Amino acid sequence: MINVEAVYWLIGILFIAWAVLIVRDANHPRRWGSSAFWGLLGLCFFYGTWVQAGTAPGWILGIAVLVLVALAATRQLADGRAKTSTGEQREAFAARFGNKLFIPALTLPVVTVLLVLLAPVLTIGKTPILDPKNTTLVALAIGAIVAAVVALVILRPKHPLTPVFESRRILESIGWAALLPQMLSTLGILFTKAGVGTAVSTLVTGVMPKGSLLAAVIVYCVGLFVFTVLMGNGFAAFPIMTAAIGWPVLVQQFHGNPAIVFAIGMLAGFCGTLCTPMAANFNLVPSALLEMKNKYGVITAQLGTAFPLLVVNTALMYFLAF
Amino acid sequence: MLVLIGVLLVIVGFAIRLNPLVVVTVAGIVTALLGGLNPLQILEAFGSGFASSRSVTIFVAVLPVVGIIEYFGLQEQAKTLIGKLAKLTAGRVLLGYLAVRQITAAVGLNSIGGHAQTVRPLVFPMAEGAALRRYGHVPEHIKERIKGHSAAADNVGVFFGEDVFVAVGSILLITTFVDTTYHLHLEPLQLALWAIPTAIAAFLIHGFRLLRLDKQLDREYAELEKAEPATAGEAK
Repeated sequence: MINVEAVYWLIGILFIAWAVLIVRDANHPRRWGSSAFWGLLGLCFFYGTWVQAGTAPGWILGIAVLVLVALAATRQLADGRAKTSTGEQREAFAARFGNKLFIPALTLPVVTVLLVLLAPVLTIGKTPILDPKNTTLVALAIGAIVAAVVALVILRPKHPLTPVFESRRILESIGWAALLPQMLSTLGILFTKAGVGTAVSTLVTGVMPKGSLLAAVIVYCVGLFVFTVLMGNGFAAFPIMTAAIGWPVLVQQFHGNPAIVFAIGMLAGFCGTLCTPMAANFNLVPSALLEMKNKYGVITAQLGTAFPLLVVNTALMYFLAF
Repeated sequence: MLVLIGVLLVIVGFAIRLNPLVVVTVAGIVTALLGGLNPLQILEAFGSGFASSRSVTIFVAVLPVVGIIEYFGLQEQAKTLIGKLAKLTAGRVLLGYLAVRQITAAVGLNSIGGHAQTVRPLVFPMAEGAALRRYGHVPEHIKERIKGHSAAADNVGVFFGEDVFVAVGSILLITTFVDTTYHLHLEPLQLALWAIPTAIAAFLIHGFRLLRLDKQLDREYAELEKAEPATAGEAK
């Protein structure tokens, strides 16, 4: 079986390969610091396997993670601006290869989706080939490898490691933001452990006028929204707000249809995801990936959809569920 | 209530634009201390948090293929291709992507796109190519707007498409939580059906904003042209 840990090892190998490329680049402005950051991050992906399995102490990984943050905070990390093809070369390549360039780009989603769909029948004996708990992750990683091979075959670069060289350029333009989603997810776990959820729901229920259905619907939807903005995802917000208002007030007291209340409630939370830098993988990593000047540019583009949609969700719940 | 200091730290830190990595780490340590964890437990929490959240860094695996096709001019080719289609504007390209992303996510295919695999190599260059064809040049601040909207189309499409599919994480989270906590028996299909009205509303609202983006760009370019002869006049 191809386990999800194999995918994490692939990512670890990539990080270490990029660290080696950086340390060999004499023109890099922060050669040692950058290389140390990406190399250590790669090692963490391997070591994480045993932490996840409970066979290695987690605090060692904790120290490594804090070292990564310290490296980034003290500006040891810089973009080496690795050499790539010039604008004119790219125009020439595009003219030469034309629409063939789209083949690898489309191979990635096609292979991924096919593997996800076929996963239930891809078995050896009774053992599934792809990790059934993480089918999408494994399928995406295989899709990425197949697409890179297809690109090498069609485009025939001078050096077979061109995909690794070129991805180093993209990674360095993302920089430390690549680590942010994992740090935020850790923060979410710490928030939950420390009881931030219960504190917020006490606050929210405190401001709610009793006996008004409309007020209760608004507090539930807006509460899910605000909570999601603070925690970075609706999954953390949902259980807490539902225990505070959704179930006791909306379903038990006002006899709302639970399927409608909960389905729309979750979507009100998703409106919050559109507005928060805490959802780094959706909002901050893309702005780094697109090399935007304003880190919050993606959020700015989403605010105009998130707020009207929150109002729509609140109205839908009020009119459909009761 | 003291634990909310951590949340406050995050808000203030992001607002005054400190390095988010530092903000998040400090807020995490402070929250953990207030919650009564000792230093070893805090390190444990950072370690196990990192190990269990490695899946969000999966986008790294697609960078090699994106890197090589960019080297060979994929973005340029995407621009050229869109440039041939006269009716396409930046807003309409993104509207098309929003529709495809939402519909595919609604049938469970949300791994078909993403910021690393489609937005950077394909969607943004196509939207930029459409603007280039229409206006002849794309100044930096408008490029920035188109980038923001390209990523936004992907997010809105996935968020409000995937919940229409029964076997998605958020639906399963609702059913497991509600069924075990309140002893209900909710069918995932019921929840998915009631996600459809919001999905339609999201498409209408965001689609309308994308079409309006075209009008805004028309106006901004008109103003740019007005401004430019004026400065040229001053130079004399």
